Amino acid sequence: MAKLRKIVSDPLADNNPVTWQVLGVCSALAVTTKVSTAVVMSLALTAVLCCSNVVISMLRKMIPNKIRMIVELCVIATLVILADQILRAYVYETSKQLSVFVGLIITNCIVMGRAEAYALQNPPFKSLLDGLGNGLGYSIVLIAVASLRELLGSGTWFGLTILSESWYTGNTLMLLPPGAFVIIGLLIWGQRTFVSKTLREED
Amino acid sequence: MKFILKLHDSIRHHFKRGGKFEHVGPIFDAADAFTFTPLEETHLGAHVRDAVDIKRVMVTVIYALMPCFLFGVWNAGHHYNLAHAVANASFIQDMIRGLIIVMPIVFVSYAVGGFWEVLFACVRKHPINEGLLVSGFLFPLVLPPTIPLWQVAVGVSFGIVIGKEIFGGTGMNIVNPALLCRAFIFFAYAKSMTGNVWIASAGDVVADAVTGATPLGVLSSLTDGQTAADAIAGGQVNFMRMFIGIEPGSIGETSTLACLIGAAMLLASGIASWRIMTACVLGLVSSAALANAFGASPMAQTPAHYHLVAGGFAFGTVFMATDPVSAAATNAGKWIYGFLIGVLVIIVRILNAGYPEGVMLAILFMNLMAPLIDSFVVDHHIRRRRKRA
Repeated sequence: MAKLRKIVSDPLADNNPVTWQVLGVCSALAVTTKVSTAVVMSLALTAVLCCSNVVISMLRKMIPNKIRMIVELCVIATLVILADQILRAYVYETSKQLSVFVGLIITNCIVMGRAEAYALQNPPFKSLLDGLGNGLGYSIVLIAVASLRELLGSGTWFGLTILSESWYTGNTLMLLPPGAFVIIGLLIWGQRTFVSKTLREED
Repeated sequence: MKFILKLHDSIRHHFKRGGKFEHVGPIFDAADAFTFTPLEETHLGAHVRDAVDIKRVMVTVIYALMPCFLFGVWNAGHHYNLAHAVANASFIQDMIRGLIIVMPIVFVSYAVGGFWEVLFACVRKHPINEGLLVSGFLFPLVLPPTIPLWQVAVGVSFGIVIGKEIFGGTGMNIVNPALLCRAFIFFAYAKSMTGNVWIASAGDVVADAVTGATPLGVLSSLTDGQTAADAIAGGQVNFMRMFIGIEPGSIGETSTLACLIGAAMLLASGIASWRIMTACVLGLVSSAALANAFGASPMAQTPAHYHLVAGGFAFGTVFMATDPVSAAATNAGKWIYGFLIGVLVIIVRILNAGYPEGVMLAILFMNLMAPLIDSFVVDHHIRRRRKRA
């Protein structure tokens, strides 16, 4: 049981896909100007990641080694198109703001990486937990970055005004991709200095 | 002085390794080095030592910045008095007004910069460095006099922490911290950096000689049909005024004359590279000439000597591009580096109407390219020597 819990908890901080493995940074820069888009993107990626891990794990004994990448891509692409259609059906406005980035989940290294590194070797339930853990790890970083950017850039959080415009001047750099770069860099710095002390000493 | 030395000696052990105040050791070391000797003393044998250390270099740069600073103070006061219709303000009145405007910015820059420098020195256990003396002084000079002080504080924090301390402090930075600070404020709070520097507040009587847009601002926003030649003939853009620097703009950058005095001091003392300065000018003049021949927009039609005295080109070339840490290190590399800065300045000025001032972006970009240029130069050198052998 503790082992299963570790599969989920490990990617949240110590082995976080974004801040530790530095994967999926492209979308973390693109969709984090507002918390609402970041949340939708996180949900979409987590759902795709869980499903793709389960499907690929179930197929793992049937997939010939030589064409495994193509098979994985087919599975992931199908799921991404499904996710995109669902978003368009139910949250049309947000899906318009996410534009191509939902479609680009196909190329997100986290999804491909977990399929390659985990789902191909492990049974479906464990793969599901692994997908959940990594999806949540991605979500935590995405929402943290989006919160900081929206708060510092527009003075709002989830559309609610926190810092009133009467005394707070929005920092427009935070609304540009370089602002996200700086924030992710600072998060990585903070994590490697304060949170993952044990991992740092192993290096 | 004796009793200070005695005092220092009597409390020195508290600040050494294992002492009571070990974690603030760098502050003590800095006070010690400031009042007495540098940290590295030679104890054994005969040594030949040059007196030029970081402290001496930094102080020379400060001297070289003085003309720009003093002119900037007068200029800020002068334009304030013009914008606020203080009739016939005297030189002294302009200077005092300028000091009231500029000194708070300098003070905030040193206080905030010093705070970060000391904090990082204490946490990372490295000595406090004299580099702060220069960067703390450069920050205010590249900012407009009307900037709110809190933005100075935020910008300086960004410049010092992200531009310098993250990479290991003085001598480790990959880009110029003062320019990074300016770039941060430029993109974060664009309103304070562009457009009209002095805007008389409502209720003030606006003087006849309203000082508004900088010469580059004028050139980039000429209305249809007006050419650069018209602006020059009409006196909106005046070469001598731009050369001496009686124009609105960032505090230290407006006067090409003051920058030339500073350049002479830096070149005479051998601190800044003449190759970089010459190459910057060559790059700018040749690409401006090319633009004159083929370009159509007012900015492209502006003659090269106007580009030389416009905006922050002189200041950037003399004090920013020559920063020995972030510039190219090889001699051939310095020519390439400087030349491309000049070319990029013209490209940004002409092609990007959103950023009429390209000096900051050009230097920052070439700072990033400098190691690549050096690597090419060194590779080329090795290949040539190998062929000869």
